[in-house]
Amino acid sequence: MPRSTPARSPLAPPPSFVWTRRIVLTLLALFALLPVYVMLSSSVKPLEDTLGEWSWIPSRFTLRPYVDIWETVPLAKYFVNSLIVAGAATVCSVVIAVFAAYAVSRYRFRGKRLFTVTILSTQMFPGILFLLPLFLIFVNIGNQTGIALYGSRGGLILTYLTFSLPFSIWMLIGYFSSIPRDLDEAAMVDGCGPLGALFRVVVPAAVPGIVAVAVYAFMTAWGEVLFASVMTNDTTRTLAVGLKAYATENNVYWNQVMAASLVVSVPVVAGFLLLQRYLVAGLTAGAVK
Amino acid sequence: MTSLDLKAPAAGEALSSPAGGPPRRRRLRIPDRLRRGGLPYLLLLPALALELLIHLVPMVVGIVMAFKELTQFYIRDWGSAPWAGFDNFRVAVDFDAPIGAELLHSFWVTCTFTVLAVGFSWLFGVTAAILMQEGFRGRGVLRAVFLTPYALPVYAAVITWAFMFQRDNGLVNSALGGDSFWLIGENSFWALTIVAVWKTWPFAFLMLMAGLQNIPRELYEAAAIDGAGIWQQIRRITLPSLAPVNQVLVLVLFLWTFNDFNTPYLLFGKGAPEAADLVSIHIYDSSFITWNFGSGSAMSALLLLFLLLVTAVYLLLTSRGRKGADA
Repeated sequence: MPRSTPARSPLAPPPSFVWTRRIVLTLLALFALLPVYVMLSSSVKPLEDTLGEWSWIPSRFTLRPYVDIWETVPLAKYFVNSLIVAGAATVCSVVIAVFAAYAVSRYRFRGKRLFTVTILSTQMFPGILFLLPLFLIFVNIGNQTGIALYGSRGGLILTYLTFSLPFSIWMLIGYFSSIPRDLDEAAMVDGCGPLGALFRVVVPAAVPGIVAVAVYAFMTAWGEVLFASVMTNDTTRTLAVGLKAYATENNVYWNQVMAASLVVSVPVVAGFLLLQRYLVAGLTAGAVK
Repeated sequence: MTSLDLKAPAAGEALSSPAGGPPRRRRLRIPDRLRRGGLPYLLLLPALALELLIHLVPMVVGIVMAFKELTQFYIRDWGSAPWAGFDNFRVAVDFDAPIGAELLHSFWVTCTFTVLAVGFSWLFGVTAAILMQEGFRGRGVLRAVFLTPYALPVYAAVITWAFMFQRDNGLVNSALGGDSFWLIGENSFWALTIVAVWKTWPFAFLMLMAGLQNIPRELYEAAAIDGAGIWQQIRRITLPSLAPVNQVLVLVLFLWTFNDFNTPYLLFGKGAPEAADLVSIHIYDSSFITWNFGSGSAMSALLLLFLLLVTAVYLLLTSRGRKGADA
């Protein structure tokens, strides 16, 4: 599945290396997969079996939790909210990042360095630092203009797209810079404007990078917890908040919570694993120069 | 993240001559003058406007808020809150009083946590990346397995860990044969660190794996001809070649881990135990439980100051060694 990397040595590795590799990688794989196994096996147990002593193999098998999750909490509603918010944030973030990265990779202009540094430095701010002010700004904008950003999906979409933007721009700059400039200059000679060159030449050539950025943006929005917990209300609640409430009730239905965790993970994990080689390729082109 | 990424645009500049050049036969969609000078700015505008709205303006507002007596009575109209001067800061760093002492404690907990979590994440990531550099059967599957913790939504993963750490019905106590509490008391620090490492190391692995692909094969061939064994090649070629990736990676891991909110918030629910009271969660709790945004903002501003300082010193120290090699 993955691209082949250059082999380290033309000689076969010595047994000491092969055995180290086997043992260490097995341990790491077990560590990585342990929670996945817990999710999977607990989600097919009846409730009593998840409340008593932990058992590695389910003694009684049931698919009941997968039916119940949709009724115990409004999971479908959370799901739709998350889908709308993450989908919209991804589309906007990718489009905006493509424009910005194109400008940086193809033009020389005053303030370019400042722009890149500013955008990237926003990555280091703790979310908690602008959570409180942003909360107040959204509330005040709502009071003054009637545009409901606080509690609405729109406010969350705006917030999330800026989370993935810096990294997306950074990765796409690297990607675009690796596309030969002759290509878009040829397109311009053939009568395309700069935007025509961007959409007919650069974007098609950068599809892997754009896919990688889209996956990253979607994952970022789908998994965000802090802002979702403050900026949403009952109707706009996302999976992050819904699932957390589900898991911190007084009597937790652990089998259902595990089933729900699995269900909400499947879309992103499947998408990520299918497209991960693009992400590695994008990182190789963009980040690691 | 600064010194590396800036090279990409710089390399491109030499080649580009957006204006001038061959005769233009095209129909212009954008006025010529604007296209020549303004287009890059136009293209950057959406990104810039949004970053300003969501990050920079709130940050400035946050710093202003830190100088106000912004309690629950002024939330609706925070402009009218009275100025407090440095009062909020004074309270935050008065380590003899409860609020300051708790903040200091939380700061030390976060430092210890960060060092451990970043250290182990990097170690696991670099080990896995190096061991998987060369092709072998099952490598693709293993790579997918290792990246799974990174791909899982953080809430689904951490809630599962919370289930595993339950005292009565959790996997951890069952496997260890004990009946200790993991999510309250002293143990909670270790629970938090384990979950953070589990969640973070795949990212280190991903970055280092990408970094390894840029090491030229000839280096290894030359070393092999000179009689260097595989362990020696790792020590002499692989590890030194990863230095530029490490510079960025360690900084990013540090910032993410130090600012981590999700893991403790999801693992412990409201109110983290004292042993695992990370700064982010501490500020969140003290802001939203008491609704005193002024003092919360002062703490955030101090946190930012600390992070800026560490980042600046780190970049200064790490790039000094590399400057000579780059030039």
